[in-house]
Amino acid sequence: MDLSQIYTEVITEHNRSTHNRRSLPEVTHKEHGHNPSCGDDITLELDIKEDKIIDAAFTGTGCAISQASTSMMIDLIKGLSVTAAKEKTEAFLGMIKGQKTEAELEDVLEDAVILANIKNMPARVKCAVLAWHTLDEVLKKQLGQ
Amino acid sequence: MCENSEIRKLFPAIAENNGIIYFDNAASTQKPEIVLQKVAEYNRSGHANIHRGAYHWSVEATATYEMTRRKTAEFINAESPEQIVFTRGTTESINLIASSYGRSQIKEGDRIVVSLLEHHSNFVPWQQLALEKKAYLDFLNIDPAGNLIESEWDRVITPGVKLVAITMMSNVLGITTPIDKIIEKAHAVGAVVVVDAAQAIQHQKIDVRALDADFLAFSAHKCFGLTGTGVLYGKKELLESMPPYQFGGDMIEYVTKEKTTFAPLPEKFEAGTANIDGVIALSAAIDFIEEIGWGKIREIEQDLTGYAIQKMKMTDHVIIYGNPASMYEKGPVISFNIEGVHPHDVSSILDNVGIAVRSGHHCAQPLMKELAIQSAVRASFSIYNTKAEIDYFAEKLKEVRRWLGYGS
Repeated sequence: MDLSQIYTEVITEHNRSTHNRRSLPEVTHKEHGHNPSCGDDITLELDIKEDKIIDAAFTGTGCAISQASTSMMIDLIKGLSVTAAKEKTEAFLGMIKGQKTEAELEDVLEDAVILANIKNMPARVKCAVLAWHTLDEVLKKQLGQ
Repeated sequence: MCENSEIRKLFPAIAENNGIIYFDNAASTQKPEIVLQKVAEYNRSGHANIHRGAYHWSVEATATYEMTRRKTAEFINAESPEQIVFTRGTTESINLIASSYGRSQIKEGDRIVVSLLEHHSNFVPWQQLALEKKAYLDFLNIDPAGNLIESEWDRVITPGVKLVAITMMSNVLGITTPIDKIIEKAHAVGAVVVVDAAQAIQHQKIDVRALDADFLAFSAHKCFGLTGTGVLYGKKELLESMPPYQFGGDMIEYVTKEKTTFAPLPEKFEAGTANIDGVIALSAAIDFIEEIGWGKIREIEQDLTGYAIQKMKMTDHVIIYGNPASMYEKGPVISFNIEGVHPHDVSSILDNVGIAVRSGHHCAQPLMKELAIQSAVRASFSIYNTKAEIDYFAEKLKEVRRWLGYGS
């Protein structure tokens, strides 16, 4: 596969954008995500009130793919209900596992479909899914799963 | 310049490579044809379990296995073959020492010393042993260039230290340690020394008697052999005094319903069916190394390392870690970062142009912390690598930042 499909302008932009990389003034949920094998390390902060994700942000370090994926995820889930956000994480994780195609998920995942090709780079899958698994942990608890 | 095109032909994966530049030799080396052939020959001509059968195939297998033990003893200049224990690898060798020697000898309040250059396999077993025994764990620190701070040793290696665990060569920085001085100092306070030779084994002649090492461990797959096979060397009186590490077949003498007596060295530490393929491969790998010769190996590696460092230093935004006082103390292992680009991205980008390098913490998180980095990229060379490969690598390094949107 062509790596340039991954390292596109979108990733570059997200990786270097700072709008989601901050601490929230009000935090109701904080979850730490870590890939021990490579050192990607993020902390996700969420402000969830009345079942709605009012705000989300992250801090931490990692590769372009993990950071871009985290930032795109935050853009996507802000303002959503917990249930709607859970659908997004399931869609994304399904896409990376190759269970759903990019075309099927374009409306659900918006910009994040650019990461669909990660499924062809096994060494980088864990980078792409780190934030989504981290969020999923919070959502599962919230939904009592 | 060294001409190693003949050496390249001896490694099928290199000779027939499909445009891959393999720069991850610190993790594992490729296998020469002779190693592959010996393993295939053994399996084709009749494989059998060792030490058990009275029939021809088993007798043959046992003879080859024990011949390798003698050969390995000579390879590292051990006094006798029974001081060579075959294990699964360096990690198991060190765990064996920690579990058997460590658990039986280390007491509450004792001190264990490890260096901050260590791979987790020569760090975590000692940390865990210290926690279990309520012993203290002390450290040999490094300076910002990655060299051990010798002036601190008198303060750290003092009476009360029972064991010092130290690498011969950092798997991250390629820096060799003044192992002989450390051993001398440790012995002066009555401590035993565990030498991790995993990284050094493919680069230099090791003489356990000249070093006066108490224990030494290495893996076959880092010196042209197969994975899953390692060596533990120990001084005879130490190995004899140690309890078995695992129980089972091959390590017993008499077993009754009530009790068991154990086999003498080295079988005492080789429970279960050994990795016979791996041991046969090690035999061929040792022959191979001796055929090439340490002088030639050293010459090629030093030449490549010096050349690569020079090229990398000329490349903007490249930060190299580990700078010993003399290049003579640097093995062919170079860890670096490219400013603004995460090592994993560097590794993927280089992979995309056919260059295999490692990225991550290299199983040395305490060292990463000392260097104040999360992770690094590592390029490591072996005798089949070339300057042309390094030229290509250096060219591609220059392009990495553009992938992530930087101007240069």
